[in-house]
Parts: sequence; structure tokens; C-alpha cells
Amino acid sequence: MVISAIGVIFSNMHEENVPELVRRRTMASIPFGGRYRLVDFALSNMINSGITTVGIMTSNNYRSLIDHLGSGKDWDLARKDGGLIIMPPFSERNDKLYTTRLEALSGLRGFLNRRSEKYIVLMDSDGVMRLDIADIIKYHETKSADVTLVTTMRDVDKSTEYLVVKSSEEGRITDVELTPHVKEGEKVNVMTNVMVFNRQFMLNLIEDAITHGYSSFEKGVFVRQKNSLKLYEYKFDGYYAVIDSMSSYFKHNMELLQKEVRAELFGCRDIYTKVRDSAPSKYGKDAVVKNSLISDGCEIEGVVENSILFRGVKVAKGAVVRNSIVMQDNIIGQNTSLDCVITDKNVVISDRKSLSGCADLPYYIPKGSRL
Amino acid sequence: MQSKKECVAMLLAGGQGSRLYALTTNIAKPAVAFGGKYRIIDFPLSNCVNSGIDTVGVLTQYQPLILNEYIGNGQPWDLDRTYGGVHILSPYQAKTNSSWYEGTANAIYQNLHFMKMYNPEYVLILSGDHIYKMDYAAMLKAHKETGADCTIAAIDVPLSEASRFGILNTNADGSIYQFEEKPKQPKSTLASMGIYIFSAQKLFKYLEADDANPNSSKDFGKDVLPAMLNAGEKMYSYRFEGYWKDVGTVASLWQANMDLLGENPEFDLGDKSWKIHSRNPLAPPEHIGENAVVKNSMLALGCEIDGTVENSILGSNVIVEKGAVVKDAVVLANSVIKAGAVVSYSIIDENVTVGKNAVIGVEKDPTAEIVVLGRDVTVADNVVVKEGQKHEKDILA
Repeated sequence: MVISAIGVIFSNMHEENVPELVRRRTMASIPFGGRYRLVDFALSNMINSGITTVGIMTSNNYRSLIDHLGSGKDWDLARKDGGLIIMPPFSERNDKLYTTRLEALSGLRGFLNRRSEKYIVLMDSDGVMRLDIADIIKYHETKSADVTLVTTMRDVDKSTEYLVVKSSEEGRITDVELTPHVKEGEKVNVMTNVMVFNRQFMLNLIEDAITHGYSSFEKGVFVRQKNSLKLYEYKFDGYYAVIDSMSSYFKHNMELLQKEVRAELFGCRDIYTKVRDSAPSKYGKDAVVKNSLISDGCEIEGVVENSILFRGVKVAKGAVVRNSIVMQDNIIGQNTSLDCVITDKNVVISDRKSLSGCADLPYYIPKGSRL
Repeated sequence: MQSKKECVAMLLAGGQGSRLYALTTNIAKPAVAFGGKYRIIDFPLSNCVNSGIDTVGVLTQYQPLILNEYIGNGQPWDLDRTYGGVHILSPYQAKTNSSWYEGTANAIYQNLHFMKMYNPEYVLILSGDHIYKMDYAAMLKAHKETGADCTIAAIDVPLSEASRFGILNTNADGSIYQFEEKPKQPKSTLASMGIYIFSAQKLFKYLEADDANPNSSKDFGKDVLPAMLNAGEKMYSYRFEGYWKDVGTVASLWQANMDLLGENPEFDLGDKSWKIHSRNPLAPPEHIGENAVVKNSMLALGCEIDGTVENSILGSNVIVEKGAVVKDAVVLANSVIKAGAVVSYSIIDENVTVGKNAVIGVEKDPTAEIVVLGRDVTVADNVVVKEGQKHEKDILA
């Protein structure tokens, strides 16, 4: 089924939360879950809901993202009409790079004007979830909403910025608070940064915001105009992981070791990602693997427990990998042990090394390191 | 304007593969799964692309649905091209005589117009029955250097097996003076691999002559190659040294899968210099559970393993429940081995369910004949399937 909506995914939002991981890439291209990049989840949610035109907003460090997405063919988005469109920064006045969603979208007005779809769906790339966007749009239509914000209950103590939403019984938003103080561990109803707009309405909103000098949806529009706009909330109560710190990155990766989480994320619809044509993973005669996710192209001769191995990882004889995330094409040397370690792409760890961190503060080894 | 391809490949993929029994009931042999996530046809197609050949005609006839769907527009092999690319060539109806493909030479003959469209200088003939990695560009180079009209790829086989093949008797310079199809008393052990490069005009000429010959069986090995040799055309062998396996029988298909295992496997799929491309399943990484033991095995994406897997090859999304044991076996995509079941020396096709505590094949007996369970078969709980049995229907208690 095709729905009349354009998807827009922001690839750089919230990067300040995970500075190590985005040092040489975008939020959207952070590896996640063994063989995915974060953008795969937002993109797959859109494709699986019938959206066939998706713009990816980029502002910096987006080479890895372009490499990952290519023409969009692995997502079935290499199309003549619409498909995947990467949107590098654009500004008519040739001034500074945009910093907010609203500024970014104002550079997109030409594109949005040319399209004929009825709705626009905005998503960020720091969330991992299974979302039925078609259902959200249906909700948006029944409420005749101007904007529908997808919300969920979660704790926010590690996020730098969040929007707490209150609404009436019918779902009409009555109050929007920008990063209010929340007691540690307390769950609040926050916006997931998934929003649905009527396309024409959004264009008007952008014009209005520019003339009034607003620069952000959150501050300029939602907080200020909550009463005059038909703002609705769509409550999402499924699995929702936000990557907003190194420890949450670690935690949410590890949650994939739970069967229920895998069933929800991967069970009913496919998550698309770049195809690499790696061989199936290979287990040696002395391999011991327990409770782990192993991706294609891995070669395991040692011990792997409670860990996530990305594509093409080699674990030599006698090596012990526990509670760790080992990214693409790593080589873990003989008799080397890792515990609570995150190794970024292309890391080579030589023989007889011992590295460890703890779950709250995993030890991170940057991309391309040689130890 | 591009109006020419130097070399066009024609891949014979119409074979039934009757010696694979239930594995080819509904699919053509080149579409049979291999090595967890591959199908046999991935090998010649990847060889073509890696050798710089971008125009491939795939001749299909027997049960083409799954094969056609698998090849699609050729995108997984980078064969979706504006000029050239992969094309499915099925038998067709013509104004006069319409016919199925009768023999390998006739299949190619019926697609003369396809080859001529690209005005090639050379035509590479391939079959979809073998597992190997080969640089056809090197063979083409040899073909040009010898100035041959036809070059036949050949491999040394054990004398005991030579009578199963077309045997080439050659001079010291590799030129062929005699071609014997499945000789009872072979004079040499140099076997034809069924891979030929022809200078296109010669091929067209001999195919037309062969078609006009009412006594011909329309086969390359039996008719066309001997006719060319008798007419004094220049024919050379091209010696191939490397892994090459005919997977036409259950035993050889099983063995070729096993050849992928081990530290220094006979056939290495992990070799990045010669990637085998395939249509990839959309599946998450495999999950190896708390109770799992996985040793000396190869697993495709999406597997959920909580039992024991040893010396085996598993396709994508295979489930091996707690307490189940898979040893010395090939289990293809989406199959489920339930708790307590034991599978040994078997090839389990796609989407099979093996019930609780069922016993398939004989454990720890390398001489045991391989069991075959065909696509979609369900085996009830506690059933025992003895060695060598081939099933394509559900097995009830």
C-alpha cells in the first residue's frame, strides 16, 4: 500500500549526546544492532508503512551516510518518482548552516512545494523502534489535526533536550514544556521527534515562522501556539530506544539479546540495510558462543558471550569477548579478552591484550585504532 | 552509440537435476541452495561479473519460477544494465516450428538472435551445475593468444571418474586432437568442465549446421564439438586448477557444502578478492542462545540457535531449539528443528519442520547415505527417518 506522504529524516540531530560515536559520522550512520545503522530503522519504518519518497537532511560529516545509503536501492528507494533524496544544506541567503529542524525545513521549501503528497512525516535518527506510520496518519486524519506528535513514556535523565507533552482525553495537546526538571528515574510523556504535518500547512507554518523570526518548532511553534494550532498526540507504547549517551547506546544494543525485543523490532516486517554480500558467519571447531548476536562475514575461533558482533569480525583462538559490542571488520587477537568494551569500526586488537569497562561506562575504542 | 559487446555469456540453466530428487521437485537445479545463503547460479553469475562480462543470457526451461524470481533484474550481481545485463531466455513460440530446448546446442541455437543483438566477437557457454571460482577473462585471453576457434576449460580428474566426463586428448601445446564423450576407456584424465569460449562467427556457423543435421542430438559434447574438430577447426584446452565441484548428486552437493568448513577450507567463501554475490535475505544477525553449542559450522543471517550445531551449514532464519542436535548436515532457509530432534548426514530443504525428538539420518556414520527432506515437508514428533531416505511429502507419526 502506498500512502500519500513524504518522509523526512534528520541525520544530524542530537549528535551532542554521543560525541565519540559521531566524531567521524552522522547520528544516522551510527552502527547499531550488528548489521544496521540507526537510519535503517527510521527508513524501514517509512518504507514498511508505504512511503516511497524520503528526504535525508544532512548538515555535516555525512560522507559515511552517503556511502551507506548509495542510490537507495537496498531500501527499494532508487525510484524515478521520489525515492531516496539526500538533502545537503541549502540556503538562499548564503548564510550560516542551519541548526534547527525549522531552519533546515525552510531550505527544503522548494522541494516541498514541488511534491504533491498530502502529508509530511518527520523523524530523527536517534530512535530505534517499530512504528506503523500508516496508522499515525490515519489518526492524524480522523482528528483533522494540523500536527500530530508521537509521544511515549520514558525516563529522560541523560538527554540534553526533550519536550514533555500533556494532552486532553481526546489527545489534543494542552501543554508543551521544553526540558522541564524531572526527578531521576521518573518517567514522563515525551515527544519522540516523530511528527506528522499536512504538507501545505507546514509550508504556511515555515513562512509564518520566518516572518516572526522563530527558529525552532519546539520553542517558536509548539510551546507558543499550542492553543491556536490543532496539535494532537499519538501515544506509542511499543519498544522505544533513544541513543542519547554512550551508556544508553550500550544498553539498547544489549537489549537486542532479549527475544521479545528482537521479535518486536525484526519479527513482523523487515529492517532494510546496505547489502555487503559477506559470506555467512563461520564458527571454528573451538568456538564457544552464548547469548550473542553474530552478523554475516564473522569468523569465530574463540569465546563470545553476551555480545554483539557486527559484520566481518574475526575472533581468534583463545580470545574471550564478553558483554561487548564489536563493530564491523574488527580483528580480536589470540588470547585477548574484552569485557564491556565498544570497539568502533576497523579496530585491530593484537594478541594477549586485556580491556574492560563497565556497563554504565563501557570502554570505547575509536574507529580504526590499532592496539 | 554502444552496439557491441566483446563477449556474451550464455548460461544453460534448464537442467532438471533429477539426481537431486526432492531438492529439485519444484525448482531448477541452478536455483538449488548452497552454502547457507547462496544458490548454485550465484557462482557462474559472480564469475561473469568478476571477470568483466556484463551480458549474460540465462536459458531456463525446467521449473523456472523460483530461478526467474531469484535472478529478477540482476541487481544483486550488478547486472541491471541499460545495455547488456542479465536476461532470462525461455523457450518461445515462433511463426513456424515452436519447440522446447532440445539439447544444449539447440538451446543456444534458438537464441542466436539474442547473441547477434550484441554483435559479440566471442561467446562464453556456461552451465549452472557447478561450484567454482574462475576468471573467465584469463580464459578469454588464452583463447585470443592461441587464436583458437573454440577453447574448452578442462580440469584433471581421477582416472576412476574420467569415464563420467567428456575427455580431452591434447597435444603438448594444449590443442585438442580428440574429444571423447564419457569414454569407457579414457586415454587421459583431462575432463571438459562444460565451459566453452567460441569465436562467435564459428559458433553461429556450426550451430546452424547442427540444426540442419537431422541425425544430430543437438548437444555440444556429442555433436557440435566433434563436428568442429572433424572439420579441422582450431580447438584448445584451457587448464583450470582450483576447486570445481559438480553438485549434480545428493552426495556431491552435501560434500561441496562440507568443503566450506574448517580452518583452511577447500573452497573459501570469505575470499574478498573474488566475492560471490547473491540475493541477500533481509534478516537480523543470528542469535546464538544460552544453551547453544555451535562448532565448525556456517550460519546465515536470522538463525535462532539454542541447540547443538556441529559440522553443518545452516541457511537463513533456521531455528534449532534447545536440546536439538544438527550434525554433519545441511539445513536450508526457514526450517525448524524442534526440541530434542537429531539430524545427521542429511540435506533438509527450505521451510521444513522436524518434530520433537524425531531422528533424521544416522549419527556418527560418515558412510551413511544422505537423507533428503524436500521443501515444506513436516516431520511429526518422534518419527525416525532412516539413512538414504528421500521424502517430499509430510511424514506423519
